[in-house]
Amino acid sequence: MLKRTARLVATTFVAASLMLSVAACSKGGATSTNAATAGGTQTLTLWTHNAGNKGELGAIQQVVDDYNASQTTYKVDLQAFPQDSYNQSVVAAAASKKLPCILDIDQPNVANWAWAGYLAPITGMDDILAKYLPSTVAKWNGKTYAYGYYDVALTWVTRTSILKKYGIRVPTVDQPWTGEEFMAALKKVKDSGDFKYPADMATGWTGEWWPYGYSPQLQAFGGDLINRTDYKSADGVLNGDAAIKWANWFAGMAKDGYMPKKSSADPAADFMNGKSAFLWNGSWTAVPTREKFGDDVLFAPPVDFGNGGKIGGGSWTWGYSTGCSSPEGALDYLKFASADKYVAKVSADTNNIPTTDAAAAMVPGFEPGGENDVFRQISKKFTVMRPETPGYPFIATTFGKAAQDILNGADPKTTLDQAVKDIDDNQKANDYFQQ
Amino acid sequence: MSTVEAATHPAPPVVRAHSHKRNRRSTSVAVAMLVPAAVLMITFLIIPIFLTFGLAFTNARLISPVPARFVGFDNFVRLFTNDTFWKSLLNTIVFTIVIVPVQSGLALGLAILVNAKVRGTNFFRTVYFLPVVTSMVVVSMLWLFMYQPDGLINVLLAKVGITGPDWLGDPKTALFAIIVLSIWQAVGFHMVIWLSGLQTIPAELYEAASIDGAGRWQQFVHVTWPGLRQTSIFILITITIAAFSLFTQVNIMTQGGPLDSTSTLVYMAVFTGFQQQQTGYAAAISLVFFALVLTVSLIQRYLTRDKGATR
Repeated sequence: MLKRTARLVATTFVAASLMLSVAACSKGGATSTNAATAGGTQTLTLWTHNAGNKGELGAIQQVVDDYNASQTTYKVDLQAFPQDSYNQSVVAAAASKKLPCILDIDQPNVANWAWAGYLAPITGMDDILAKYLPSTVAKWNGKTYAYGYYDVALTWVTRTSILKKYGIRVPTVDQPWTGEEFMAALKKVKDSGDFKYPADMATGWTGEWWPYGYSPQLQAFGGDLINRTDYKSADGVLNGDAAIKWANWFAGMAKDGYMPKKSSADPAADFMNGKSAFLWNGSWTAVPTREKFGDDVLFAPPVDFGNGGKIGGGSWTWGYSTGCSSPEGALDYLKFASADKYVAKVSADTNNIPTTDAAAAMVPGFEPGGENDVFRQISKKFTVMRPETPGYPFIATTFGKAAQDILNGADPKTTLDQAVKDIDDNQKANDYFQQ
Repeated sequence: MSTVEAATHPAPPVVRAHSHKRNRRSTSVAVAMLVPAAVLMITFLIIPIFLTFGLAFTNARLISPVPARFVGFDNFVRLFTNDTFWKSLLNTIVFTIVIVPVQSGLALGLAILVNAKVRGTNFFRTVYFLPVVTSMVVVSMLWLFMYQPDGLINVLLAKVGITGPDWLGDPKTALFAIIVLSIWQAVGFHMVIWLSGLQTIPAELYEAASIDGAGRWQQFVHVTWPGLRQTSIFILITITIAAFSLFTQVNIMTQGGPLDSTSTLVYMAVFTGFQQQQTGYAAAISLVFFALVLTVSLIQRYLTRDKGATR
């Protein structure tokens, strides 16, 4: 009798302790508080999406180290995440109320996260941020929530020798190609048969590239993702005549053989191997293409399809969270990190456009007249921000799917009407994201 | 399988009480060992399933400062008037209808081949099983390259004089392409299960059949197939459930495919729930999916019930 009870008790005890130890293990491994005090120095956690990106991660680490060395009240602790899972990590942390103090945010998500209450507004930095490129300062509802060190410019990468060979005019920032000029140029290249495809727009990429890369072309035709006067509806802008024109042009590019319907995973490599003559990509291709073609490579401004050339704007920006137990520390770091020399360092290490003129003068190539100055000019003149509304993630995925369907041969009018309906329903279902 | 026992002799009371106590003791130990697993399963599986069913009737969002609101059947109305849902449902059903007979039949054929008592069967068994242990993500990426218009498959077809289509870019061929690669990846697993079933069939039955003059095909129909009855029920149910949950290949290769031709219920749930942040809507899709799988499983269970057994 006693033996039986003892066995029962022992078994239950072992089972229970195993279960608890498993639970304890998982708890101990996760990051707990975001600001802990240790002998007077407060630790602030900082999350970034740069794991694996040697250049950018090294630059941010440098900023953090300099900050920690410059004072003893706060100590910033950097944690790097891989980019693909970064957004989900932040959302998961927010759900369990374990957001880090300081974090970087992909600019189009700022409105969504600010509305959700993840981000706190940045105060006391207005004069500093006035010198930043407007596309790098993320605002929502009249408040500033994040700023970025750099921006990226979309461009038509080509070669001067190609333009010369087919008698195509060399465009300038003041006089970009018109729609007719561009299509005539593509036709010339296609008829010659020298390239597998005259153009390549990286249609093999997935995710945010579709709204980032292709909505500017929609805007160049005169359409838009949503009506920006009140952000309530996309009717008329996403399914109006201009948008239908864009859809027919976009589908026609693949149907008529001007670009691959689904490009390879590395369109820049295809361009450098002579498979395409015009590559629609970002200023990040400057380094490898210059290595291959030297001075021959040319970065042309976006095509004016009737409403002026347009490119996307906004990249990764820095802000701080509402759950931070030491907001003064976070703001102190953000102010320290916004200095021109850090803008210059991060931009130089990532080959992107520095956001302030002073920093641009410090980065070789981006000074006025430098070889990369063209990107700064393109960014200043042609940038249209992705709609700064908390509904952006929904708008982005809906537009991406609609564009894919159009490229695959769906009827533009019905596809865009459905996209408009979905976007309008979503904006309405969220009460237009009023605070 | 049970036989009717003539319980004619009443067991002496002492013996019965003894066995009762022994049963209770071993039951308590069994329960004690079961408790941690049961707690974990209830906490991380059963409760979230019920929460999902609750969420399906709200307008919950993934990211929102506003708490979720009860909206009744709105999500379901929206779902049933959505073209993408019906296409996803159709694709899921087509995929299952094709996969179940083809994959299980192919696996049975491979198992019979591998069961032959010749040298080298171990090698083939391993080779056929290799795709199973390769991650589906890796398999999808490899086949993505192979299916390109100028990829390996079309190059090989060109050598035979056939111009292959754009497998993943043509709405007519995309689902078929995914079916082929899914079968390639999973057939080894079911081959091994069939193999274990084959090996439980006593060899004497085959000897007896061949003595009676039965040919190879007759042996298969009258000896092998009846002996595989239990295995086939198990394989039928597991393949069906696995086929319903098609997601990874679609997510990596076609993202719902040209014009929704490869969209499946699970893919639609993940897309709307995570990328479009509509948790309530995705929960509604999950609920419909659950009902579908449950119905099909119950039908299968009924059709394959052991008609001769008494409980």
